[in-house]
Amino acid sequence: MKLFPIRGGIHPQYRKELTGDCAIEALPLPSRLYIPLQQHIGVPAEVLVGEGDLVSKGQVIARRQGQVSVNQHAPTSGRVAAVTEIPAPHPSGLPQPTIVIEPDGADAWGGLAEPITDPFAVDAQTIEARVAECGIVGMGGAGFPSAVKLNLGIRHRIETLLINGAECEPYLTCDDRVMREHADEVIDGARIMAHALNAPKIVVAIEENKPQALAIMTAAAQAHPHLEVVAVPAKYPMGSERHLTLAITGRETPARKLTADLGVVVHNVATARAVHHAVRHGRPLVARVVTVSGQAMRTPKNVEAPIGATVSDLIAFCGGFAQRPERLVQGGPMMGALLPGTDVPVVKSTSGILALTAEEINDRRADPCVRCGSCVAICACGLVPVEIAAHIRHDDLEGAARIGLMDCVSCGSCSWVCPSHIPLVHYFNYAKGALNAQERERRKSERTKTLVVARATRVERIAAQRAANLARKPKVVAATEEVGA
Amino acid sequence: MIGESPTRSGPFAHAANTVQRIMFMVLLALLPATLFNLYLFGWPAILLFAVTVGACVVAEAACLVLAGKPVSATLSDGSAILTGWLLAMTLPPWAPWWIGVLGAMFAIPLAKQAFGGLGQNLFNPAMVARVALLVSFPVVMTAWVAPHPLFTTGAPTLNEAMTITFAGETPDGVTAATALGYVKTELSRGVPVSESLQEYGRSSALTYAPDLMDLATGFKPGSLGETSAGLILLGGIFLLWRRIITWHIPIMMIGTLFVMGTLFNAFDPTRFAPGFFHILSGSAILGAFFIATDYVTSPVTQKGQLVFGFGVGLLTWVIRTFAGYPEGMAFAVLLMNSLTPIIDQYTRPRMFGRTRKGEPLPVEGQR
Repeated sequence: MKLFPIRGGIHPQYRKELTGDCAIEALPLPSRLYIPLQQHIGVPAEVLVGEGDLVSKGQVIARRQGQVSVNQHAPTSGRVAAVTEIPAPHPSGLPQPTIVIEPDGADAWGGLAEPITDPFAVDAQTIEARVAECGIVGMGGAGFPSAVKLNLGIRHRIETLLINGAECEPYLTCDDRVMREHADEVIDGARIMAHALNAPKIVVAIEENKPQALAIMTAAAQAHPHLEVVAVPAKYPMGSERHLTLAITGRETPARKLTADLGVVVHNVATARAVHHAVRHGRPLVARVVTVSGQAMRTPKNVEAPIGATVSDLIAFCGGFAQRPERLVQGGPMMGALLPGTDVPVVKSTSGILALTAEEINDRRADPCVRCGSCVAICACGLVPVEIAAHIRHDDLEGAARIGLMDCVSCGSCSWVCPSHIPLVHYFNYAKGALNAQERERRKSERTKTLVVARATRVERIAAQRAANLARKPKVVAATEEVGA
Repeated sequence: MIGESPTRSGPFAHAANTVQRIMFMVLLALLPATLFNLYLFGWPAILLFAVTVGACVVAEAACLVLAGKPVSATLSDGSAILTGWLLAMTLPPWAPWWIGVLGAMFAIPLAKQAFGGLGQNLFNPAMVARVALLVSFPVVMTAWVAPHPLFTTGAPTLNEAMTITFAGETPDGVTAATALGYVKTELSRGVPVSESLQEYGRSSALTYAPDLMDLATGFKPGSLGETSAGLILLGGIFLLWRRIITWHIPIMMIGTLFVMGTLFNAFDPTRFAPGFFHILSGSAILGAFFIATDYVTSPVTQKGQLVFGFGVGLLTWVIRTFAGYPEGMAFAVLLMNSLTPIIDQYTRPRMFGRTRKGEPLPVEGQR
């Protein structure tokens, strides 16, 4: 298959060898599981259970609210110990509503939806409803409800379902292992999604630094002529949805549009596997593979953990720390976020837990910018990070937005390459947050203004009406007043 | 305002590169040519080199103290050493000590620290210093000598060198014109370029044949950085190989100079020097790889760097050919430095998913 070049990009130290050859190991059931009501982009789910309730594995314990939201399920059978607030797996560590489950050890499935024996005989709505019911979100890290993305087939003509097995983040090997160990499930899930999207073609894109996954997936794809496994260059951020679409189709997603506008929908390999489980077996998303790695970790592993297991459970399973980690990160080192502690749970979008040493992070005091232009050369989005940062430093956020701040995907390549160690992405995230807050404030005040104006007109109209009524019927003042009020 | 926060964004990985490493690599790349030229021009050159670099470092330290900035942390970035080094390489090797010191004053406090220090200056500090010195002291700054290699007969001893550098007493009969200077002077006297080029070697104090080889190896009068274009080129190739610089500026600059030289030479060899002569003489190679490529004062976009390199090459040729000065590289670099911000503004890359004008791409449109 002919590939298309993407602009810029970097070649970080991948360090995938730490876990690349570690087969997926199941985490023994922890003593408690913590299931946050929000593990996804969108509205939190609503609690259906109370303290003391007995639940079976796979039972819905929180119901989704609206379209952009997903159900939460009991990851194992047991008793609801509490519905409380615990720190979220987010750098802020702010508390969020969470259901705490004490496993009973039986790990017994119950109340599952009927398996769909022939998914290709049912319509798209059935598949989409099942995916929504089973609480599936994008497992590459974004955590966007997958059913919403399967819906895209209704309003757009989808030509290609792109299965993202690039896994361009350093350290992470969870997708690699899923493809190597569960290729058939991934491919089946992909075919089901393509059916739901009415997409005639499936492309599985895998970075060429995963030769075993490529070989196994290619072999598994033999039976399906409309499914192609493609090796893409190992270059960060190849796994970015838009950049992968460009590399595969040669078409560039216009700003503020979706890849679906080009007829392409992108799903992660682990998501495809989750769809297979949901449709073929009626099993909701209650576990995921997490890469536990970093040079501060004693025995890095790929762990299949139930949703709600704490980070400390996984660390203990991997032998604890070999040395005190400088930073504890969830996700990959490029786009991942700091963990506020080890008591936070693994959620549906947790792809990695990294205990990194100072030497791996290689952070240092920022020097002045010497305008070397490295950030410009490597920016995959065609931005001039040095200039955007200069605007932000002078608090000119609108100026930064004019030259593309909001088009930045925060991939982190510019920060990574900067010889002065300037935390450019930190600047950009700060500015994006500040601009979004301003925008919300502006909308709010606009809304208030409309309401005030509406009220004024209403009051005026009523007053005018009253005056007119008064003029017409001077005798029945009291009655009109009541109506007017 | 933005500040550090505990929720600092990633990435939590970083390339091994640092500003110090970059400066170190550039110095390393300059080393072979510098050592060879210090050997060629002997003790006076070594003294002047030491004075110039030393004065730049002292001036930088003084400015940092006055500004209340961390001294040792900033000095260790190596940029002051590099500025002094590059300046020394553009001075007549036997110039008196105060040329080096005054040059350092122009370069560091005036051209760099007054703008806010590393990364903030609009103009290349070493070139500001060189041009300021050239305009202020035209005689001293054009008193070139023929090479007197160390330990050869006629080479000044360390004692004699002290007199030359610190007392400013240049012995009689050692000054010689640079190739560019000679050709320019002869042309003004009505001698065609083609003839003066041949005459140049015979009239110089050297016994070697006057061919382009001399220009490349460095056995000719000139500053440290304009002789031995070959070793300078070697350093430049090292920088390209180590990815400290990209090809855009040097290739564009040398290419433009060569093309202009060759075209006009073909048109009238009596008035215009050939392309090879242009790129191998003067500080064309030094300028292309070490001066025009200065990060701070050149564009950050690759397209901008092409425009910049073209401009420096073209202006160097124009100044050499039509202006009063035989060498125009320093002026050309400064002129283009002043255009850098505007070049950057007009050569921004196309943003992903947008047209050149910044509008979102049309949905159905192909690229």
